[in-house]
Amino acid sequence: MNGQLDDGLGAELLRTMWRIRAFEERVGRLTRANEVHGLVHLSAGQEAVAAGVCGQLRDDDAVYSGHRAHGHAIAKGAPLARVLAELMGRDGGLCRGLGGSMHLVDVEHGFLGATGVVGGNVPLALGSALAGRLQGGDRVAVVFFGDGAVQGGIFVESVNLATLWGLPVILVCENNGFAEFTPRSAHTNVERVSDVVAPYGIERETVDGNDVGAVRNAFARFLAAARAGGGPALLECLTVRLRGHYEGDPQLYREALAAEEWQRLDPILRLQRRGLEEGWLDADGPERLEQEARDEVEEAVRVARESPFPPASVAAELVYAP
Amino acid sequence: MTGTTYLRAITATLAEAMRADPRVLVIGEDVAEGGPWGATAGLAEEFGAERVRNTPISEAAICGIAIGAAQSGLRPVVEIMFVDFVTLALDQLVNQAAKAHFMSGGQLRVPMVLRTQGGAGQRGGAQHSQSLEAWLTHVPGLKVVMPSTAADAAGLLASAIADDNPVVYVENKTLYFRSEEVEPTGPVPLGRAQVVRSGRDVTVVALSRLVHESLAATEELAAEGIEVEVIDPRTLVPLDLDAIVESVARTHRLVVAHEAVEHGGFGAEIAALVQAAAFDELDAPIARVGAPFTPIPFSPPLEDAYLPGKDDVRAAVLSLLGR
Repeated sequence: MNGQLDDGLGAELLRTMWRIRAFEERVGRLTRANEVHGLVHLSAGQEAVAAGVCGQLRDDDAVYSGHRAHGHAIAKGAPLARVLAELMGRDGGLCRGLGGSMHLVDVEHGFLGATGVVGGNVPLALGSALAGRLQGGDRVAVVFFGDGAVQGGIFVESVNLATLWGLPVILVCENNGFAEFTPRSAHTNVERVSDVVAPYGIERETVDGNDVGAVRNAFARFLAAARAGGGPALLECLTVRLRGHYEGDPQLYREALAAEEWQRLDPILRLQRRGLEEGWLDADGPERLEQEARDEVEEAVRVARESPFPPASVAAELVYAP
Repeated sequence: MTGTTYLRAITATLAEAMRADPRVLVIGEDVAEGGPWGATAGLAEEFGAERVRNTPISEAAICGIAIGAAQSGLRPVVEIMFVDFVTLALDQLVNQAAKAHFMSGGQLRVPMVLRTQGGAGQRGGAQHSQSLEAWLTHVPGLKVVMPSTAADAAGLLASAIADDNPVVYVENKTLYFRSEEVEPTGPVPLGRAQVVRSGRDVTVVALSRLVHESLAATEELAAEGIEVEVIDPRTLVPLDLDAIVESVARTHRLVVAHEAVEHGGFGAEIAALVQAAAFDELDAPIARVGAPFTPIPFSPPLEDAYLPGKDDVRAAVLSLLGR
């Protein structure tokens, strides 16, 4: 474990991670109940990356993500009920039900969007970073993507341009070892994503992505440099995808994780153990934080269910900006 | 009256837009050097390398950067040197730019222009000569513009830059050095067709270079007593269908002419729209003029034979009149 976690920071990180975990688990059940529709990719197990990164950003920083984006949107400040309503295709959703799970956007909180095309919005983050720099100020852009995105040409094009132009963009790779159904070793001979980008001279680091303190520390260093006018960086977070590629994935391609192994790896349990050891979390803290998160998610379910489906006219109205 | 060319009209409009709005920037391969024809010549000298950004040969990434910059408050004009290379940026255009406003429930806007050029006739071979506009018209969320004159090149580009949506602006390489006597007329609104020549017998709707080919055919036909009306839609999406239908209601005969491969070309869409809107007005089947269903041949006599032109328009008009 890394970094100082006093001043309520540890509890704040736990709160964010529990909100994501409780949300994702509830979404899994709502998917099976056919209340959440379509292709749903849960980020359970990867919460430390979202919490460690987004907690340090401002609303005017731009964040992009891929198909496994719920946690990033939530950590960036998107209200749970509006994220859930979006997953349910309701008018009260972040995107009025026109985006869905893979296309969440919350401009108010600087979440400029998720994409369902793997790696497809990495250059968009460069564009937001360019806008930030040309307009003055110290805004940065962050893009989350999985290790599966790294084998695409757009990734290499983007790394090259980010470094060439010295853009204030931080590329955050959640390396969960699987590109959809296939282990990384079957797709590339380069094990570490941080090694893929090495020739470009980009600042880079690989951290234990289930250690929120480690994620936070490494990201803080890159963020400070970018805010101060420095160039891009790549943060590779080694993590574990607790669920399948999508909800309903039978996962025939991998062995189930043993429960005791998961207890050891779980980023939330790890942080709670640390909090208890270091004394910033009291003995009933874990149960209380979990319950608060689950209550908050239940309230979001209630609010989202009350939202109507959007009127049919909305589709034709929103093809073009006026 | 002042003389200009299609190309100089584009350069001047880019410069004016950059002077008027610091959010406008130009991104593309070799744009700081002016590009292969000089469309961006002089911009780097006036506006500097921050706003006239040379890029590596990375069409997908530069298009994506323009999208992100547009979403974050800039108004980029990105150049894809040949429309043939738009293929490399199609994911960005189709999946990102075109859908951002819609999929975000109206939160995001992508005020960007993608300038590119197409067209055969310069012995460029099959990968540097295509007319691929129909693909782009198939994607809700994109606007598609094809100017045929210097005045429209300037006016449509000004409107495209001012638009809050992604606009694909397709130039034609053979028109770049066509000189015109034009008065500056200001922006030309997107979605408004122009009747370039009035006539009572047949309507020809022509795109880009085929506007000039159609006008040439029309001069010959007029000498034979056939008066052809020529309409340039100028914008394919949104299409000014009303102007076309209004003309067909007078002439009762329609030819649609473009350089793109006829099969699956935008002419098919115009024909379908017109027959649905004005079937009773038509006295003959709608005729199409377009390229044959082959890649563009390199060998000069074969390329010349491949290219739709004045004689094809003339033949189509005569066939509709039973001559």
